[in-house]
Amino acid sequence: MSAIDTLSDLADQAKRELDANAGEVDRILHICNACRYCESFCAVFPAMTRRLDFNVADAHYLANLCHNCSACLYACQYAPPHEFGVNVPKTLAQVRRHTYIEYAFPKAFGELYRRNGLTIAMAVSLGVAAFLIATIMIRGSLFVHGLEGEFYAIFPHNMLAGVFGAASLFSVVALAIGVTRFWRQVSEPGKPVPLANAVGEATRSALTLRYLDGGHGDGCNNEDDAFTLWRRRFHHLTFYGFMLCFASTSVATLYHYIFGLEAPYRISSLPVVLGTFGGIGLLIGPAGLFWLNMRRNPLQIDERQKTMDRGFIALLFSISLTGLILLAWRDSSAMPLLLAVHLGFVMGLFMTLPYGKFAHGIFRCAALLKYSIEKRRPNPVQAGAD
Amino acid sequence: MVDVLIVGGGNAALCAALMAREAGASVLMLEASPKEWRGGNSQHTRNLRCMHDAPQDVLVEAYPEEEYWQDLLKVTGGETNEHLARLVIRASSNCRDWMRRHGVRFQPPLSGALHVARTNAFFMGGGKALVNAYYRSAEALGVKVRYNTPVTDVLLEGDRFVGVVTGSGERITAKACVLAAGGFESNREWLREAWGRNDRGEWPADNFLIRGTRFNQGVLLKCMMKAGADMIGDPSQGHCVAIDARAPLYDGGICTRIDCVSLGVVVNQEGCRFYDEGEDFWPKRYAIWGRLVAQQAGQIGYSIIDRKVIGRFMPPVFPGVIADSLPELATKLALPVETFMRTIDGYNAACRPGVFDHTVLDDCRTEGVVPAKTHWAQKIDTPPFYGYALRPGITFTYLSLKVDDTAAVRFADRPSPNLFVAGEMMAGNVLGKGYTAGVGMSIGTAFGRIAGTRAAAAAQAA
Ligand SMILES: Cc1cc2nc3c(=O)[nH]c(=O)nc-3n(C[C@H](O)[C@H](O)[C@H](O)COP(=O)(O)OP(=O)(O)OC[C@H]3O[C@@H](n4cnc5c(N)ncnc54)[C@H](O)[C@@H]3O)c2cc1C
Ligand code: SF4
Ligand code: SF4
Repeated sequence: MSAIDTLSDLADQAKRELDANAGEVDRILHICNACRYCESFCAVFPAMTRRLDFNVADAHYLANLCHNCSACLYACQYAPPHEFGVNVPKTLAQVRRHTYIEYAFPKAFGELYRRNGLTIAMAVSLGVAAFLIATIMIRGSLFVHGLEGEFYAIFPHNMLAGVFGAASLFSVVALAIGVTRFWRQVSEPGKPVPLANAVGEATRSALTLRYLDGGHGDGCNNEDDAFTLWRRRFHHLTFYGFMLCFASTSVATLYHYIFGLEAPYRISSLPVVLGTFGGIGLLIGPAGLFWLNMRRNPLQIDERQKTMDRGFIALLFSISLTGLILLAWRDSSAMPLLLAVHLGFVMGLFMTLPYGKFAHGIFRCAALLKYSIEKRRPNPVQAGAD
Repeated sequence: MVDVLIVGGGNAALCAALMAREAGASVLMLEASPKEWRGGNSQHTRNLRCMHDAPQDVLVEAYPEEEYWQDLLKVTGGETNEHLARLVIRASSNCRDWMRRHGVRFQPPLSGALHVARTNAFFMGGGKALVNAYYRSAEALGVKVRYNTPVTDVLLEGDRFVGVVTGSGERITAKACVLAAGGFESNREWLREAWGRNDRGEWPADNFLIRGTRFNQGVLLKCMMKAGADMIGDPSQGHCVAIDARAPLYDGGICTRIDCVSLGVVVNQEGCRFYDEGEDFWPKRYAIWGRLVAQQAGQIGYSIIDRKVIGRFMPPVFPGVIADSLPELATKLALPVETFMRTIDGYNAACRPGVFDHTVLDDCRTEGVVPAKTHWAQKIDTPPFYGYALRPGITFTYLSLKVDDTAAVRFADRPSPNLFVAGEMMAGNVLGKGYTAGVGMSIGTAFGRIAGTRAAAAAQAA
């Protein structure tokens, strides 16, 4: 069978799975809609009450509004072993996995990635690192003394900027195409609303991880019905760690092009301070998330999503670890090797960004925004006025 | 030997266990169900009726003691005990901080339940979240819990509690005991006996569905009756509502309700209407419809609506039977088409013009049809038409052990020194008949806490 056939087979299979999963969303949300006990845990349930039936687009929307906090599983009087078998977090997780494939660009990449995210993330990173190492070795020796952190002596700045610029541009474009298609499909026309308020609210919800507090501030569930705030904390460390690293790179770029200041920067310089704090956050955050992920009750999740989750976690952790090691030994003879490995992981992240767990942030923000918009419109279902 | 033994694993049992433990007693709970099904009917609840004199977190305005009492008096038709009722009412005004300390979280009323925003505090995530929180707190405090441990007998020496016998024949003794094992609503044989046989020769209870747990078999009630404890209440009294006939036999819970009754008409198996569907708002009436349906042949009714009201009521859990014409609907529901059409045509002709508004007691009513429909009477004329079959759903039974304000079990009007009772097993002292939303949990919480405290004191005295 040709590769094209295999891919289209895979796509067919994914479509059948998606239809089945969306059908399950429709089934259980009919039960939830008649029950509504979980209404104040998160945004999914209020959004549900605006609908009487749930099509595939609704399923994508609600799935990405769900943060898998799992409060609604342990609180559910219809959860297994009840014959209704309601499991909202698992069902939505199954659909969410499809969102990342369905709206990936190009779709075939998404399809490949979802099957073995962890392996691909690592293979790409190590492949790139190996390539870089080979490049260095062709040009000279891997261990060079007396470079004193002169990164650009190894890889010229313009080459780095060019390659990574292109990779990140590709990621941004691919994600933008995906999220636009998602947005088009899940939103229907309606009364215009004060957009600034909606955007403000959605941004706040995203930045504060509002819905990981369980609606009562006690947090979400991991192993059992007890609540924990650690998921929110580790997620914050990861996200803000990432943002600090991003800020560090941005400042460094400004230094380079605007002020003509070239790396390496002093330990006390802004890029290094931002990068160090970011790196520490990006070390503890993903490690903590991994620890929680290992201990998470299998009832709560879609097992097949794990490889995606862990691939992303592993990448972030590795980037941060290799980055901090590079910083510590940048004056040593091992610098070229360390740099190549670090850049390999960064490249691995960029290349898998649109297909991995990173995409969840984008789709989730889109879903939060949609929620903030639609809740400002009158509820089309006037059921609750008894 | 453990100080306090708690029989049961729902709200009343947990309140008793927590209070006894807080008072310093060692506590063992025996729950008949496996862990996944723990919490009896309490895991299906959603709120608690609370007295308050001023706005209180999730509760708006005020709901003073006197108004609460008058509401109870009205729904029970006087079959209540004022002293005990007022005790429950007052306890409901100050129990919530204690509940919060044990992890229970409250929220504003659910959409669709705004009419009780003033009177009822809703549990965030419902009763199962409450039960989970109590179990976590109890275990953290050192309360021992044994699941899969049904109690089959109570050992007494005169009026003094000695121990219990479990399903596996094990004897467990304790210094004091709280019985909180629910009513007998899950026991279909007993329901059959209590409701008896009707003039048609039917056993109505055979067609009842049980809205809550399957574990409340009334074993402890039977034991105590046999032991000569003082009882109160009529075994055929209880909370009985009209629910979707397709609901599971047990544990259908809240989602099996059908909320469109007041927006259309209801006919019986013969195709005839039998009661004013628009008498009052549905939440105030659904509890009488259980009995109304129970009185019809085959214990079944059919709520009939048309497209006009879709989206105007809480969406039912199962889709309705749909047809493009009324005769077709009758056929699909296996109703006699001719009578059914005569009923609907007669009703449609009797509908007087008015301004339909399902959010108020509007002026759409019938004239010249029996029974009349006094509100929300609109012609049923816009296809598609929908039909939902209704059956009586039993929530819980009221037959109870008689108590005073100490929650002690009584023998020949004398209190036992170390045996107490709480929850559904004694709710009939306050609820002789009728019901008002949230009062079951108020009774269980108030008496669970009293029973736990008293049992701990009795154990310390022993
Ligand atoms: C669907 C539904 C919704 C309801 N909603 C509300 C509401 O919103 N607000 C409200 O106030 N009330 C509500 N009620 C009523 C409320 O559930 C009861 O009043 C209250 O839960 C009674 O608490 P309990 O602890 O006495 O009984 P349960 O919670 O039923 O607990 C009884 C326990 O005893 C155990 N048990 C039974 N037999 C034995 C035995 N032989 N040995 C050991 N253990 C045994 C059971 O397994 C169970 O754990 C509702 C009831 C139902 C069914
Ligand atoms: S998850 Fe369960 S308890 Fe929560 S709203 Fe849905 S059916 Fe009700
Ligand atoms: S898992 Fe959490 S976020 Fe998802 S639907 Fe349930 S309560 Fe909401």
